[in-house]
Amino acid sequence: MLFMQIVSIFSWKIPLGEGIEKIIDFIIENFSGPIELFTGLIDFLIENFEIFIMDGFPISHLIVNIILITIFIYSRKKDKKVALYTGAGMLVAVFIASFFYGFELIYSMGHPFLVISAFALIAWTAKSYRLAIFVVLGLALMWNIELWEEVIETLALIITAVLVALVIGIPVGIIKAHNKYVHYIVRPILDFMQTIPPFVYLIPALMLFGLGNVSGTIATVIFAIAPPIRLTYLGITQVDDEIIEAGKAFGSSWWQMLFKIELPAALPSIMMGINQCIMLALSMVVIASMIGAGGLGEPVRLALSRIDIGLGFEAGLGVVIIAIMLDRIFGRNE
Amino acid sequence: MAEKVIEVNNLFKIFGKNPEEAFPLIEKGLSKEEILEKTGNTVGVNDVSFTVNKGEIFVVMGLSGSGKSTLIRCINRLMEPNRGEILIEDTDVSKLSKEELMNFRKEKFGMVFQHFGLLPYRTVQKNVEYGLEVKKVKPSTRKKRAREAIKKVGLEGWEDQKPQNLSGGMKQRVGLARALAVDPDIFLMDEPFSALDPLIKKEMQDQLLELYEEVKKTTIFITHDLNEALKVGDKIAIMKAGKIVQMGSQEEILTNAANDYVRDFVKDVDRSRVLKARDIMIKPKTLLKPDQGEGPRTAIHKMRENEISSIIVVDKDKKVMGILKIEEALKILQNKDDENLKKYIKEIPRVDPGDTMDDMFAQIAELDIPLPVVDKNDELMGIIIKSNVLSNLAPEKVI
Ligand SMILES: Nc1ncnc2c1ncn2[C@@H]1O[C@H](COP(=O)(O)OP(=O)(O)OP(=O)(O)O)[C@@H](O)[C@H]1O
Ligand SMILES: [Mg+2]
Repeated sequence: MLFMQIVSIFSWKIPLGEGIEKIIDFIIENFSGPIELFTGLIDFLIENFEIFIMDGFPISHLIVNIILITIFIYSRKKDKKVALYTGAGMLVAVFIASFFYGFELIYSMGHPFLVISAFALIAWTAKSYRLAIFVVLGLALMWNIELWEEVIETLALIITAVLVALVIGIPVGIIKAHNKYVHYIVRPILDFMQTIPPFVYLIPALMLFGLGNVSGTIATVIFAIAPPIRLTYLGITQVDDEIIEAGKAFGSSWWQMLFKIELPAALPSIMMGINQCIMLALSMVVIASMIGAGGLGEPVRLALSRIDIGLGFEAGLGVVIIAIMLDRIFGRNE
Repeated sequence: MAEKVIEVNNLFKIFGKNPEEAFPLIEKGLSKEEILEKTGNTVGVNDVSFTVNKGEIFVVMGLSGSGKSTLIRCINRLMEPNRGEILIEDTDVSKLSKEELMNFRKEKFGMVFQHFGLLPYRTVQKNVEYGLEVKKVKPSTRKKRAREAIKKVGLEGWEDQKPQNLSGGMKQRVGLARALAVDPDIFLMDEPFSALDPLIKKEMQDQLLELYEEVKKTTIFITHDLNEALKVGDKIAIMKAGKIVQMGSQEEILTNAANDYVRDFVKDVDRSRVLKARDIMIKPKTLLKPDQGEGPRTAIHKMRENEISSIIVVDKDKKVMGILKIEEALKILQNKDDENLKKYIKEIPRVDPGDTMDDMFAQIAELDIPLPVVDKNDELMGIIIKSNVLSNLAPEKVI
């Protein structure tokens, strides 16, 4: 009798999978409101980035965009001249474009000509003319092989996923660096998220957020959020003791310590985290397309099922070009 | 009675997992090394007590690892002491809450760090502004005061450089300017001049002292350099293995080294710059006092007796009249010119008790007569002779 009981204990399977299923079901049943809200938000972000880059814009928006990019460059380079030249350059580009394509096109930020010149100018002012040439050649190639829309959609997806990952990841990294309990809780979760095959959480993501860009973005965020958390944490914990002491000795408050000492000192590390985040997000493009995310992942997946070597290669090249472009623009100066 | 600003009583700081374990051993009198071996705890500061009065510069000296930086960090609680009391103008620092401590540091202290502690991502100007920024001083005032501080340390023109482009000495001066800019009540300076070359070091020391002429700031000043300690310090403490082994004024430290450790310290000081006339003068063996009826015969007799070749002549108020050499005294006898004793007395240079040996060097060099040390009223306090000048310059001569 006893023996049989022991055997039955050992043959009992822990209902791990069932448990997870139940949890997901529970979440779906009880939190549909917040989930929909969240889905809406992510959708809104993706669409707007896509519109921002692609769809028609009134002229006022175009000018706002040019001003924004000018400010962006000013903040990066701390050089008014460079920023102003860039802004002026972009306006000139718009006029040149209007010669070729007619004035209606000025209303559209989405014409590849404008997008390419905008990215090229960003690359030029933020880094070097060599990068700008690469951007022009790479994006023009994508335009030429008719993957332009996919490129834009991928960019929009990535920008959204990276933004979400950073908005969550950097504060988590900061808290993790200051609170050892948070650190000990978050660390295994990060290990888990970094090592578990993405296919595994595609299914719950699908169930929670439905087929489409939102699920794809969520999966991408999960996949790409670890580096910004880890590198923010690392950057802050590695800040030189003497400058922490200097900050304290002059009576800095907690927030002053954070914004005047820790974050600026950790910035190189945080930038690396952002860079890594972008790269990981890009590598999720194909997988995310399995749950309905658009962009360059889709043609790759199609190519796989149709054994279309050419198409697969073209789309893959698109991912590489975007990767190099973003990496160089957001990477550290070497 | 001078006003106490800093009072430290029985301060202990022990590093390690179980600092409490170390206390019984400290009480038993075990050494720092033994305690480290037995408990794994490092004794940083061991039962230190001292007071610093308003406007005083309190210098802490000691070899590397003797606990100077630990001590200064305990004062503003960058490190939490294990035991002991720190009173700053009657505020018990160890009882302050986080918030209070933050405001207290902001109001009271300016700190200079041994390894500078500059913010690498900020320019010199922005580094110097830091303390004012924390205090929320408005930008225009902040910029002005930072620029003044930069000027004081002689770094004009370097405002827009990042610390990485500066030499060690320049970085140190930026750290100094940062503390000067906030104009605190109390300065905590951890080897503020250690990275400077001798010329700039002297300049900065003079600047500091000049600054203190205007407003005296209570200061704790750490240094390795005894010459520096003697130059700037009102009170000097020498630390060894976390303990203060001797504390006192410059002269006390120099002339009464409490033990070998202090003696070693005092050994290589450039004594000529430090020792004053009052430190090396001796009591004249004998004097000639014509007002009491002493004449040339007495003079010759006294000189013979004491085996000297000249004698200092003083009046009834002990005022120095001059010197009478033995040749002159003999001449008086030859000429039978007893009444005109004064004619034979030669005028001699005098020195002030506060003159350093550096100042007196010219006179000392051609010294074949004693040099009288006189006070403000020209009264004789003592004399300086070549042999004790030379023996004082030799370092071993510390008693
Ligand atoms: N954070 C720390 N953790 C553990 N031990 C420490 C720490 N800081 C200092 N110590 C120890 O305390 C002792 C005193 O160090 P401290 O830095 O105060 O010396 P110091 O007199 O300033 O030396 P230096 O002249 O080299 O600056 C040393 O034995 C050192 O090993
Ligand atoms: Mg030190």
